[in-house]
Amino acid sequence: MPPRSWTFTVAGIGLAVALALPFFLSNFRLFQFSQVYIYAMALLGLNILTGYNGQISLGHGAFYAVGAYTTAIMIDQWNVPYGWTIPVAGLVCLVVGFLFGIPALRLEGLYLALATFALALAVPQILKYFEHWTGGSQGIVLSKPKAPWGLKLNPDQWLYFLCLGLLVLSFILASNLLRGRTGRAIVAIRDNPIAAQSMGVNTALYKSLTFGVSAAYTGVAGALSAVTVAYVAPDSFDVFRSITFLVGIVIGGLASVSGAIFGALFIQFVPNWAMDISKAAPWAIYGVFLIGFMYAMPRGIAGSIRLATVRWLRRRAEPRGSSEGSPR
Amino acid sequence: MDTLIQQIVSGLATGGIYGSVALALVMIYQATEVVNYAQGEMAMFSTYLAWTLINAGVPYWLAFFATLAIAFVGGLLLERILIRPVENAPVLTIVIVCIGLLVILNSMAGWIYSYIQKPFPSPFPSKPIQLGNIYFGAHDIGALGVTLVVLAGLYVFFRFTTLGLAMRAAAQNPVSSRLCGIRVGWMLAVGWGLAALVGAVAGMMVAPIVFLDPNMMAGILIYAFASATLGGFTSPGGAVLGGLIVGVIENLVGTYVSFIGTELKLTVALALILIVLVVRPSGLFGRVAVHRV
Amino acid sequence: MRKGLLLALLAAFGLAVTSGPTVAQTPGVTATEIKIGNTNPYSGPASAYGTIGKSLGAYFKKVNDEGGVNGRKINYISYDDSYSPPKAVEMVRKLVEQDEVAALFQTLGTPTNTAIQKYVNQQKVPHLFVATGATKWNDPKNFPWTMGWQPNYQTEGRVYAAYIMKNFPDAKIGILYQNDDYGKDYRKGMHDGLGEAAKKMIVMEQTYEVTDPTIDSQIVNLKNSGATVFFNVTIPKFAVQAIKKAHDIGWKPAHFLNNVSSSLATVLKPAGLEASKGLITALYMKEITDPQWKNDKGFQDWVAWMKKYYPEGALDDQSNAFGYTAAQAMTQVLKQCGNDLSRENIMKQAANLKNVEFPLLLPGIKVNTSPTDHAPIEQEQLAKFDGERWVLFGELLEAVKK
Repeated sequence: MPPRSWTFTVAGIGLAVALALPFFLSNFRLFQFSQVYIYAMALLGLNILTGYNGQISLGHGAFYAVGAYTTAIMIDQWNVPYGWTIPVAGLVCLVVGFLFGIPALRLEGLYLALATFALALAVPQILKYFEHWTGGSQGIVLSKPKAPWGLKLNPDQWLYFLCLGLLVLSFILASNLLRGRTGRAIVAIRDNPIAAQSMGVNTALYKSLTFGVSAAYTGVAGALSAVTVAYVAPDSFDVFRSITFLVGIVIGGLASVSGAIFGALFIQFVPNWAMDISKAAPWAIYGVFLIGFMYAMPRGIAGSIRLATVRWLRRRAEPRGSSEGSPR
Repeated sequence: MDTLIQQIVSGLATGGIYGSVALALVMIYQATEVVNYAQGEMAMFSTYLAWTLINAGVPYWLAFFATLAIAFVGGLLLERILIRPVENAPVLTIVIVCIGLLVILNSMAGWIYSYIQKPFPSPFPSKPIQLGNIYFGAHDIGALGVTLVVLAGLYVFFRFTTLGLAMRAAAQNPVSSRLCGIRVGWMLAVGWGLAALVGAVAGMMVAPIVFLDPNMMAGILIYAFASATLGGFTSPGGAVLGGLIVGVIENLVGTYVSFIGTELKLTVALALILIVLVVRPSGLFGRVAVHRV
Repeated sequence: MRKGLLLALLAAFGLAVTSGPTVAQTPGVTATEIKIGNTNPYSGPASAYGTIGKSLGAYFKKVNDEGGVNGRKINYISYDDSYSPPKAVEMVRKLVEQDEVAALFQTLGTPTNTAIQKYVNQQKVPHLFVATGATKWNDPKNFPWTMGWQPNYQTEGRVYAAYIMKNFPDAKIGILYQNDDYGKDYRKGMHDGLGEAAKKMIVMEQTYEVTDPTIDSQIVNLKNSGATVFFNVTIPKFAVQAIKKAHDIGWKPAHFLNNVSSSLATVLKPAGLEASKGLITALYMKEITDPQWKNDKGFQDWVAWMKKYYPEGALDDQSNAFGYTAAQAMTQVLKQCGNDLSRENIMKQAANLKNVEFPLLLPGIKVNTSPTDHAPIEQEQLAKFDGERWVLFGELLEAVKK
C-alpha cells in the first residue's frame, strides 16, 4: 500500500495546479474544467455506489437531472439565490436516492442495472410531462451568476473556484466516509453480503443509505451544471448521460476516489480529441479509445496507477537475490 | 369493441418486434451471462449489410440467409477478438468494451450509409388482411411467424443437440465444463454468433416498419429490455411472450388510461420493468436463480 | 513543499498580470479569410440532420473555388453538439472564444439554440439563420443578434387552420404530433388559428415519442374518434407509417401533412403514392424529388453542385437543398458587407435583406429582413399531392404577424 503521505503530496500538487489554472487559461478552458470538476463529483457519487458498494447503477443521469432541475425550478419559480439551491438539490437527491434504494434492495447485478436503466430513460419523459414546472421540452433558461462579495473575478473564474471548492469538499467527505467503519461496512456488503450480515452489518439500511448518499453527490453535481451551463432541458439528460457516467467510473477506476478525476477528464476531453482526429466518424474513434483503455487498464486508470505503485514499492523493498516476497 | 380488438392486434404487432429483439438479448445472456449492450447495433449493422446485398440485386431470401451467415461469423469473431482479451476482467470492464463496440458500430454505419432513413423491403405482401372491421398487417403476422420459427429452432438446438448442451454447460459452469473437455472459450464465441444471428433476423423483420437508420434500434431496445425482464432473462419463450404482453399493455394503457395517454408510454414500459423486478425479479417465466452460500 | 507552492502561485500571478488575451477588432476576419462557426448534431438521436452542416461546408467550398467573397475565402468551422444543450454551449463558446469566429450560422435545434441564445447575444455575436422552425427566434427587441430562417411552425399551423375554417367549416379535427417543442409549436399554431372554434372542432389529439417504434395505435384511435380532418405533425419516419396505416384501415380524412415530411422520395413513395393522394401541405422550397422541377434551372444547378462538391450526400434528401439555400443567404449577407466584416456590420446586413430570391425557393418567394423583422422567409404556398407531384394552388400566403 502506498503510504498516506504520498497521497497527500500528490493531492496537494494537484490542488496547487488547479488553483493556478485560472491565471493561465482562457474563460472557455475554465468552463471546460468546471465541467470536469462537476463530472468528477457525479462520478464520485456513482463510484461510492457501484465501485465501493457493488450496486450497479445505469441511471445516475436521473439524479443528475433531479439535482439540476431542483436548482433551476427554485431559481426560476421562486427566485431562490443559487447558493441555497445547491444543498437543497443535494438533500432532495439524498431522499430520492434513498427511496429508490429501498425497492432496489431486492435487485442485483443485471436486474439492478436494468431497473436503474429504466429510471434513466423515464426521466426525460417525466420532465416533459410536468411542463408547468419544468418548462417541458423548452427547458428553463437561467442567468450565469456574478462573483459574490465584490471579488474581482469574472463569472467563469468564480464558477471554476466554486466547483473546485465543492469538489475538494466532496473528496474529503467521501474519503472520510469510506475510510472509517461505514466504508468498511459498505465494501463488506459488496464483497460478501451474507458474511457482512452475519457480522452484524444492517445491509438493508447501509445499501439504501449508500444509494441516497451516492445520489446526493450526483445531485449536487447536477445542480452545479445547471448553474454553469445556465440552461436545463430534458435533452440534456438522456440515457447516454448515464452511460457516460458509467464509462467514467470504469475508466477512472472503480472503488477509487481519485479515479473520479481521471474519469471526468476522460469523458470531458476524449470526445473532443476524437472529433479532432476524425471528422467523419469521431465516435468510432471514441469507441476505439474506450476499448483500448479497457485492454490496457482493465482496472481503470486509478487502478493501474495503484498497481504500478505497489509493484514499484515491492521491487524496492525486496532484498537483492530473493524472488519470493515474505508472507503477509 | 372494435377499437379494443384493433388496439390489441396493433399491440401484438408491435409486441412481435419487441419480442424478437428480446429473444436476441436473452440468447446472448443465456450463452454468456453477459448483457451485450451492443446487441442492437450489431443487429442494425447486419441489416445494413442485408440492405447492401439487396440493393446490389441479390434476391431477398438469398440476401436474408447470407446476412444470417455473415452475422453469425461476425458475432463469433467479435467475441474472439474483442471480448477474449478482457474475459477475466471485472464484469463492468466487459460492459465498457461492449459500449465501445456499440459506439463504433453506430458511427461506422452512419459514416458508410449516412444517417438518412432508408426503406427496407419486406418479404410479405403489403396489403392488409381484413377480418370484419379489424385490419391485420401481413408483415406483422409474417414477422411474428419468423420469430416463432427462430424460437423453435433455438429450442430444438439447445435441447436436442450436443453443441447446444455443451453451450448450456459452458455458460452455467465453465470450470466443470472444461473438465469434461468442452472448449469453453469457443462456446462463448458460438453463443455470440448465435445471438448476432438472431439479432440480424430481428433487425430485418423490424426495419420494414421503423425504417433503416443507424439509430433504429435505440427505441426498440428499451422495450426489448422491458419484454425480456417481464418474460425472464432465462427464458427465450418468455422473452417473446413478454414482448407481446408489453406491446398490448402499452397500447391499451395509451388508449384507455387518459391521464397517461400517449405522453408517458415509455414511462409505462419502464414502470412495468420496475414492478416486475421488485415483485418477481426472475420474470414471469424465468427460473429463479438459487445461489449456494 | 509549501515554499514551492507559494513560489508557483506568485509566478502564476505575475504571468496573469502581464499577459492576457486581446480580441481582434474584427474577430474571425483577416485579409484573406472569414471564419464562420456552426454546430450540428453529427451524432446522437438527431444525427439525420447532420447532413445540413455538411452541405453548408460544401457550398462554401464552391464559393471559395469561385474566388470567395470580396477576395476572402470562407473558413467554415463546424462542431458536433450531439443535439445536447450543454455540449452546444461548450462548442459555441469554443467557436466564439477560442476560434473567434465572425458569426455563428445555422446552428441547429431548438433546445441547443435556446441554450446558447443568451450567451451569444451577451457576447454580441451574430447568431444567424438558426436551423429550427421554432417561433421564438424572431425577437429582435430582446435578442437583437439572433435571426431565424425558415417559416416557423406556428405560422404553418395557422395557415392550415385558416384553410380548414374556410373549406371544412364543420370539420372534426384529429391531431397527431411529436411530443416535443417541434410538435407542440405546430399544434399551437393550429389552435391559435382556429381560435374559439378550436374547442369545438378538435375532437382528438394524440402524441408520440421519437423512440416509439410505431404509431399505429395512435392512428387507430384517431380514426375511431370520427375525425374528418387529420393534422399530421410527424417526422418522415412516422409520417410514412401514419399515411400508410390510415390508408390500410380505410380512414380517408382531409389530410394535412407538415412541411417537415413533405418529401416525395422519403415519405410519399414509401407510404405509397396512391395512399398519399389528396395530401395537403405548405411548401416554401421546391421539393427536390418532385418531377415537376426536373427541368428547372435552379434544380439542375443544385444537382450539379451536389455531384461536384457533396457527392456523398443523398440526392433525395431535402435537407441538402435546405442547407444549400441557407448557405446562399449567408453568402449574400457577406457580399453585402463589402469590406466591413465586423460583427456589427454582418448583423446589420443580415437585417437588411430586401426582396432576395434564391433558386430553390418557390417562385415568387422573396427573402426580407429588417431591424424589426428577423424572420427571413415568411411566405408559403399550399400544395396538394395528385399521385405524382405536389400541385401548388392558391396564392403565396404571408405569415400572420402576431
